[in-house]
Amino acid sequence: MAYQLSAENQERVKEIATHYPHPMSGILPALHIVMAETGWVSRDACDHVAELLDVPKIKVYEALTFYTYFPQKPVGKYHIQFCHNIACNLRGAEDLIQHLKDKHNIQEDQVTEDGLFCLHRVECLGACGGGPMMQVNDDYYEDLDTEKLDQLIEGFKKSASNGKS
Amino acid sequence: MNVVGMGEQMALEKIVFKNLDIPEMTELKTYEEHGGYKQWKKVMQDKVDRTELIDTVKASGLRGRGGAGFPTGLKWSFVPQDNPKPKYLLCNADESEPGTFKDREILEKTPHQLIEGVLLGAYAIGANTAYIYLRGEFVKGWKMVEHALAQAREAGYIGKNVMGSGFDVEVWTHRGAGAYICGEETAMINSLEGLRGEPRLKPPFPAVEGFYRSPTIVNNVETLATVPKIIENGPEWYTQWGTEKSRGTKLWSVCGHVERPGVYEVPLGYPMKKFFEEELGGCWKGRKLKGVIPGGSSVPFMLPDEFLDCDMDYENIAAHGSMLGSGGMIVFDETACLMEAATVLATFYAHESCGQCTPCREGCGWVLRQLKDIESGQPQPMAKEILFDVFDQIFGNTICPLGDSIVMPIKAMMEKVPEEFEYYIREGKSMVTGKTRLAHLAKPDKPENYRRGEAFKYPRAEDFTTDFDKVVHNVERGPEPMFTKLQHEESTEKGDSPYAREQKK
Repeated sequence: MAYQLSAENQERVKEIATHYPHPMSGILPALHIVMAETGWVSRDACDHVAELLDVPKIKVYEALTFYTYFPQKPVGKYHIQFCHNIACNLRGAEDLIQHLKDKHNIQEDQVTEDGLFCLHRVECLGACGGGPMMQVNDDYYEDLDTEKLDQLIEGFKKSASNGKS
Repeated sequence: MNVVGMGEQMALEKIVFKNLDIPEMTELKTYEEHGGYKQWKKVMQDKVDRTELIDTVKASGLRGRGGAGFPTGLKWSFVPQDNPKPKYLLCNADESEPGTFKDREILEKTPHQLIEGVLLGAYAIGANTAYIYLRGEFVKGWKMVEHALAQAREAGYIGKNVMGSGFDVEVWTHRGAGAYICGEETAMINSLEGLRGEPRLKPPFPAVEGFYRSPTIVNNVETLATVPKIIENGPEWYTQWGTEKSRGTKLWSVCGHVERPGVYEVPLGYPMKKFFEEELGGCWKGRKLKGVIPGGSSVPFMLPDEFLDCDMDYENIAAHGSMLGSGGMIVFDETACLMEAATVLATFYAHESCGQCTPCREGCGWVLRQLKDIESGQPQPMAKEILFDVFDQIFGNTICPLGDSIVMPIKAMMEKVPEEFEYYIREGKSMVTGKTRLAHLAKPDKPENYRRGEAFKYPRAEDFTTDFDKVVHNVERGPEPMFTKLQHEESTEKGDSPYAREQKK
């Protein structure tokens, strides 16, 4: 069964498309909705979006592959996007990325075995004053150091296990 | 220094963006208590003439705060009012320039001020639809703006026939998806049309032919958020700050090795030294300043002398060899390795190049590969010359300024602090940290002396030979390689090639 958005979200996609003179403009908002629902965007989802908006499929693939914000593979429950750009780099982002790898065994571009975390290096997230910083799912965490990072990771693990039980 | 009427004001207080320091400014109630939407009400109820609004903004001398510094009133006046197509206002909130984080502050803390500016701007150019293009990562800012828009819609500031004026206006948010290039206005328009974010060739300029070929004005968040204050207090109020050509105030976002990073509102033309020492508290941990990139990562690097000597306005910074840009200041102290900084910047631009035009797509990759090779301890022979050559090939040869953006900071670093780069190339390690940062990228099969470029020799005439006899006599046998490189084992003595022997005879 090919992927489909929930009925409510399908309505939303169609509604958003009316904000623009042409439904093509609805592609990015629709992909955002897909991502909010599943955490990543599959090829099936692209076809579905193209059908909903009545635009050529290739246009949706084009958007998906051009914009790096949409993961094309499943991500962990906590998707860590660590900024490694200049401002964060000056304040020690590289050491913290290494710390995540060494101490917490969260490797770059991989989902951890328990499915909780995955780490991606990203370019500037526009919070340079609070560098080093990372984005976990939708939230920013700024002014990080190893201690704070440890606490955050432990916190995520805890809330994940609470959620399960 | 030709600062107009800065008076006795010592400590820097926020002027246009006072709202940033007031809690709960995201709520409509708080914003209205502080005089919010008054201008919009007035404009709608009195049916103020469009040209009057544009003239006010023109008189204030407000310049685009996104980086290019183009006069806003003038831009608005470019919209052809006799064009029957719908007009659009597009607010550029795709703040992705490394070192810049002022717009995020506005989006998250005082979205209503931005929305009022968007409404005024839309009315001034005669647009019934405005879009706020936010970068996808700003989830909080997006939620805040959506929240504010919902409130404003409910209060009747947005919608059909606003306050009985007969003017319809609608404002929508649109989220980008992690492409830096979409901060360029024509790329943003393409992205808004659902296409890949590739910049368009200009002309036609967006003001004439933009979003779906309709007249479109693209303005930065800070620019639009300043408009309500200018309309409120009049252009004379705004021109009391700044210099002759750079009027008003500017938000600066400061980051890197500095004691107090953050967002500051500074009257243009303010002395940099004073700002750096008094407001920012100097370098991090009392270290020595090495240099600064003053206007977001895309502008030339400045040495401490140049930097501390300049005033904070468009012209003066340009006269000191850099640019004001978006006002994102990145400070480097003595512990920063410029070689590493250059690689980090090149990584960014190589990643964000949209791939449309060749000099940038290939050039950014070239620059990055050269820098990475240097940092791995195995520089290409003539690495420095190659880099400068590639810089020349990119600069000014691309559709949009992204190509120039990789050249300006890195070239300035290499020109102003050449010893650091030369040391890295010569010794294979950093002059500052003493380490080879990317040693893991070094290729083991490369010879030991490759690092210093010793294995490389210019090819000499005798290294090549043309066996004319063969070529002439074996025409029927099909093509033979014209040039054969001699094995060094075969011709141990220099000049002992068949061609040279032929010559001797």
